[in-house]
Amino acid sequence: MTVESRAAHGSGARKTATAPRKKAARPARRGGGRSTGGAAGAMVQLLTPEGERVEHPDYSLDITDDELRGLYRDMVLSRRFDAEATALQRQGELGLWPSLLGQEAAQIGSARALRPDDYVFPTYREHGVAWCRGVDPQMLLGMFRGVNHGGWDPNTNNFHLYTIVIGSQVLHATGYAMGVAKDGSDAAVLAYFGDGASSQGDVAEAFTFSAVYNAPVVFFCQNNQWAISEPTERQTRVPLYQRAQGYGFPGVRVDGNDVLAVLAVTRAAAEHARSGQGPMLVEAFTYRMGAHTTSDDPTRYRPDDELAVWEARDPILRLRRHLERLGAADAAFFTALDEESDALARRVREAIRTMPDPDPMAAFEHVYADGHTLVDEERAQYAAYLASFADHAEEN
Amino acid sequence: MAERLPLAKAVNAALRTALDADPKVLVMGEDVGKLGGVFRVTDGLQKDFGEDRVIDTPLAESGIIGTAIGLALRGYRPVTEIQFDGFVFPAYDQIVTQLAKMHARALGKIRLPVVVRIPFGGGIGAVEHHSESPEALFAHVAGLKIVAPSNAHDAYWMLRQAIECDDPVIFFEPKARYWDKGDVDTDGIPGPLHAARVVREGTDLTLLAYGPTVKTALAAAEAAADEGTSLEVVDMRSVSPIDFDTIQRSVEKTGRLVVAHEAPVFFGSGAEIAARITERCFYHLEAPVLRVGGFHAPYPPARIEEDYLPGLDRVLDGVDRALAY
Ligand SMILES: Cc1ncc(C[n+]2csc(CCOP(=O)(O)OP(=O)(O)O)c2C)c(N)n1
Repeated sequence: MTVESRAAHGSGARKTATAPRKKAARPARRGGGRSTGGAAGAMVQLLTPEGERVEHPDYSLDITDDELRGLYRDMVLSRRFDAEATALQRQGELGLWPSLLGQEAAQIGSARALRPDDYVFPTYREHGVAWCRGVDPQMLLGMFRGVNHGGWDPNTNNFHLYTIVIGSQVLHATGYAMGVAKDGSDAAVLAYFGDGASSQGDVAEAFTFSAVYNAPVVFFCQNNQWAISEPTERQTRVPLYQRAQGYGFPGVRVDGNDVLAVLAVTRAAAEHARSGQGPMLVEAFTYRMGAHTTSDDPTRYRPDDELAVWEARDPILRLRRHLERLGAADAAFFTALDEESDALARRVREAIRTMPDPDPMAAFEHVYADGHTLVDEERAQYAAYLASFADHAEEN
Repeated sequence: MAERLPLAKAVNAALRTALDADPKVLVMGEDVGKLGGVFRVTDGLQKDFGEDRVIDTPLAESGIIGTAIGLALRGYRPVTEIQFDGFVFPAYDQIVTQLAKMHARALGKIRLPVVVRIPFGGGIGAVEHHSESPEALFAHVAGLKIVAPSNAHDAYWMLRQAIECDDPVIFFEPKARYWDKGDVDTDGIPGPLHAARVVREGTDLTLLAYGPTVKTALAAAEAAADEGTSLEVVDMRSVSPIDFDTIQRSVEKTGRLVVAHEAPVFFGSGAEIAARITERCFYHLEAPVLRVGGFHAPYPPARIEEDYLPGLDRVLDGVDRALAY
């Protein structure tokens, strides 16, 4: 089926309970104040930092109290999992950990906008997205513990492997989306990447391909303000969402610490893709509250007062205030969630402490799908070499 | 003046000297400024030489090398940093199709004094793409020079020589040895950049290594000496060109050669050395040239990297096999 016919046939079948009522999203019209920062007015926001609901002309959201509590739960559990992983790294159980602290709303809001048959291409920090896709959190730890290079089947939850090389996965997402379109499916594909990654040629090429082939892909850039030590200003002169215009598709900036706005905007972008209108760029304006990874020292480059500004915009606190304003969650809810968090942390800690090291011979597994005589030869040689130590030990 | 420095600080000192000596020298890469690089190799340089000389680049490796080529065409001497070995590939196109060939295409009329610094090799418990040894992928390309120091003194001098060189130089830094201290004599006169060096004399077998593996080779020679075997260790230092004369002299003396490197053995630099040394020393060899190195498999997860790396035991196993002929 061609892209056009998808668009023509799809509308009825594609209507889902979560589809936005409004027409497809338009890019926000006003530019930012700072070159790449921008005033809050330029961003889609549905929830103020004080937890007050506001309306946006292009992005509305109907949401039940139950759904609000669900989003809150996702964010709290993701943060707790992340904190536990950070602690485990400090205790030497993980070699490295890239924390998502501060980016919970961007991740949960975007991931909850998706259907199970949509496909997600993450970078290496999307622990909250993985959570929403149903990936067992402990699966995410193997790579950072050094026992595997991924370890999950991407097709189980339509959640691709983490990608370390910056920007590579954005092209994969585009190609996958081209395939989705060729198949006549109405799934959407979501590619996550950072503001730093936006400078990579691969990302520019993905924008080109997706536009030319009208691929149903949503480019979801988490602008967390930093690429290790380099601020967004090192990557771009214009707000990132505006880049889309040059490629011929819409771009929008959303308050990335506002889970409701992220949900509404990502739904609209996914619907844009589903309905055959091609790619869309969402820039979630957020903040990485921790270090880049546990190896990083942000005090070397980050102004002291910056963190305080963003702490006041904490995504979890914001939704909590909203829930309390609405009276949509009582003390019992929060207590139960605390207990659930503790249980999750305990489960993760337990899992990692019992996670076995791989067999040395695992290095020779899965090098080729069809096998290779050189691998067979080296495997046999190495097995014999290892066995020679065992023989030696027996002799002694 | 001799000073005891960790290898990373020796690289820093070389960059500092070069920046000081020649206003055309630039340092560019991701996080090289305020952060001082993820290994702190460029620590303090931006503070002293400014953002125009020590340049934090956008996150774009093709961009880093491509613009370095342009800057070199304009008379600058860019010293670029690729953050980790596995991230050089977005820049591979620019390095292989452009940087390596432009001098020849212009019939020698233009020079491309670009240095590409790449921390390489494993053993630091990192995630994927942070532990690789891609030197053979570059050595196959004419127009590039490739070196890999193994100690602080060489790191200092070889980098200074690389910056002064009018050809593009791929400068592989053994990241697992960044914190190893050594005496750096900044006043001495360095030997030729591409000369190999006998770092331990011996009579029974030549053990050839470069970069991070030299330390392993020396440890192996120490262990072998305890067992009564005398190994000569040669630090190759340069991967392209290779100083075959020095290797040949050593092999003619010992009659045996084992080459150790972290990169996969298959189509690796050891293969080239084995072929050439067999040709040059056929009648002196008591055993085939053996290679010890990585497997034909992706660099494995950290918990089993010691199996993949040519460590002491595997190197000694190679030595035993060569001596058994
Ligand atoms: C091609 C490539 N170059 C360099 C790196 C090293 N590196 C890892 S993360 C990172 C910063 C990425 O910043 P950004 O894209 O903004 O994402 P964030 O980490 O902030 O989520 C860098 C430079 C890499 N992984 N891949």
